[in-house]
Amino acid sequence: MYGKGLRGLSIATVLTLVGAFALVFFYAPTDADQGVIQKIFYVHVPMAIVALCGFVFAAAMAIQHLRTGERRYDLRAYVAIHLSLILGIGTLISGSIWAKASWGHWWVWDEPTLVSFLIVVLLYACYQPLRFAIEDPEKQARYASVFAITAGAFVPLNFLAVRLAQAYTHPRVLGTTGGSMPGSMRLTFLVSVVGMALLFATLWKYELASKHTAQQLRALRARLTGDAAAPTVRSGQPALPAESTV
Amino acid sequence: MSTVGALLAKDLRAELRAKQSLPAMALFAIATFVVFHFGLDRARLDGDLAAGVLWVTLLLAALLGINRLFVAELEEGGFDGFLLAPVDRTAMLVAKATALFLYLAGLELVAVPAFALLLDPGLGRALPELLWLLLLADVGIAVVGTLVAALTVQGRARELLVPLLALPLLLPLLIAAARGTAPLLEAGGGSLPLRWPAVLGLYDMVFGLLSYAVFDFLLED
Amino acid sequence: MTVSATPAIELAGLTRTYGERLALDGVSLALPAGATLALLGPNGAGKSTLLRVLATLLRPHAGRVRVLGRDLPRDGWAVRGRIGLLGHDPLLYRDLTARENLRFHAQLHRVGGDRVDALLDAVGMAARADEPVRTLSRGMVQRVAVCRAVLHDPELLLLDEPGSHLDPAAAALVEPLIGRASGRTRVVVRHDPAGALAEADLVLGLRGGRVVLTAAGGRLDPAALAALYG
Repeated sequence: MYGKGLRGLSIATVLTLVGAFALVFFYAPTDADQGVIQKIFYVHVPMAIVALCGFVFAAAMAIQHLRTGERRYDLRAYVAIHLSLILGIGTLISGSIWAKASWGHWWVWDEPTLVSFLIVVLLYACYQPLRFAIEDPEKQARYASVFAITAGAFVPLNFLAVRLAQAYTHPRVLGTTGGSMPGSMRLTFLVSVVGMALLFATLWKYELASKHTAQQLRALRARLTGDAAAPTVRSGQPALPAESTV
Repeated sequence: MSTVGALLAKDLRAELRAKQSLPAMALFAIATFVVFHFGLDRARLDGDLAAGVLWVTLLLAALLGINRLFVAELEEGGFDGFLLAPVDRTAMLVAKATALFLYLAGLELVAVPAFALLLDPGLGRALPELLWLLLLADVGIAVVGTLVAALTVQGRARELLVPLLALPLLLPLLIAAARGTAPLLEAGGGSLPLRWPAVLGLYDMVFGLLSYAVFDFLLED
Repeated sequence: MTVSATPAIELAGLTRTYGERLALDGVSLALPAGATLALLGPNGAGKSTLLRVLATLLRPHAGRVRVLGRDLPRDGWAVRGRIGLLGHDPLLYRDLTARENLRFHAQLHRVGGDRVDALLDAVGMAARADEPVRTLSRGMVQRVAVCRAVLHDPELLLLDEPGSHLDPAAAALVEPLIGRASGRTRVVVRHDPAGALAEADLVLGLRGGRVVLTAAGGRLDPAALAALYG
């Protein structure tokens, strides 16, 4: 069920990413002050945006899980957080590279997005350990959902607080020189964001399909060899209930 | 007596008898001030350094209280006993958050004078506005602390997960509280910028409502 | 034994999973009001799980559960105050005294404080009622736990090996509160088939979450009994 449309989505993703790549290097203007390295902006910011959307999406899935009690929403939230966390770390790394290239420091406390992401990544990094700490699978899923919702509500508050703390001390360092974006930059930026979002969607669907298949395989094996053979292995990964029709 | 009242009375009675949380929190705070004195090699602090030391210490001491908040319920069957009663389940959230709030107030009754004594930040003039910040922050720490405590108490590695979860979640609160306190402790004395209590208030409201909405799901099976 | 129109417990195909395992697998039974049901079975058979589902502490994953005329989990709130559970955990705070513990539970269940004193007297714990539970012997704790279970005068009693830790004198003291003579509907988990047969109207054997043995009228097939535990 998750595999449906995966091929089309993958192709669309590849095309958009290739297009974005081309635009970044052949179409978008090179920044006067920062030079070519500024182009990392087309990776850093789309990653940040998609990661944040991913966390919010996970919170929405978690709300659905608590409301309906259907475990497939928990699995969707799990994968979304997992991918967003990777993108979040990517945001930190790309931001750090950008900072080093522009300002000579691997880390800058003056860039609110970077600092906010550090906190957000630290928080979501606890999602998996929290899951692993709870043995009962149903309770684990419920608690994970509560965490995903709490963390989702936390993200905007965090950004607000960090931004306010920086507001009147330093100007943003990783912005683009000058205020608004010229048209060519805007187009490239949009295509980059769409590409990143498609990438997220494709990987999300792919991971869900893979987990679902693995679970079906396990269920089949258990049915063939008898219930007693099914090992109860402690895991932080969400397991779909015995008779899942997802 | 209402359910919240009964739960709160029970918790306070147990705390008074066993003295598990409050003395540890207070002693930890005092010890941390001493540690800061030696670590920073300063006899006097002011401005944002003072604010930072105060709030970081309060936050870390709060973690001790958060760690112990639901332990009695877990180990002595309090969850089952409560769940068997025909009562509103969010009463436990309110009761526990109130208890934690009271422990924090108790902590500050000891820690703030100790801070004034040991690190001489010139608290006198700052006190009324500082009290507001303490009050607002305590509500936030109580609510978030209760949520984190409930999330971690039934799993393993509770003592590790509590700081890992609570500290990032409490960072916006720390930012607002410290930034708000800093001008109050400036050498010349300053006033409290209104944005920081506003942020604290927003934080308290968001997490208060959120906890109220999700707490039931943590108790049911 | 009073037979009323509504059975106290009606289960149809009750199923509860734990991850990919089945803790309870299609359990069905009907128990008239005022009757006693004895649950037998090896460890891990699902007896405690069944008790907890009946107590509204666990929700069923499939099947129908009707307790005291109400469907669970939807109407759990309506029956909670009419069920008493005595499990392995006495559910008492060790730093509080017996009296304080019972008063606390009385407040939760909206029951008057004088009932606390009466019950403590009835189980012979009046003298030690004002010492922390921590200092009491396990047998004494069990007696106080019995008080806690019947404090709110429940119609349905769920008892998990209630006689454990009780010497014969103590057992005699709690008998009128939780035994057959109390007139309440009871579900009792036991490990002795003979004792179960003696006091129960219905005996069920659970194994692997399934009902594998049913006995009524005071007779148990020895072969089936051996298979239950074997």
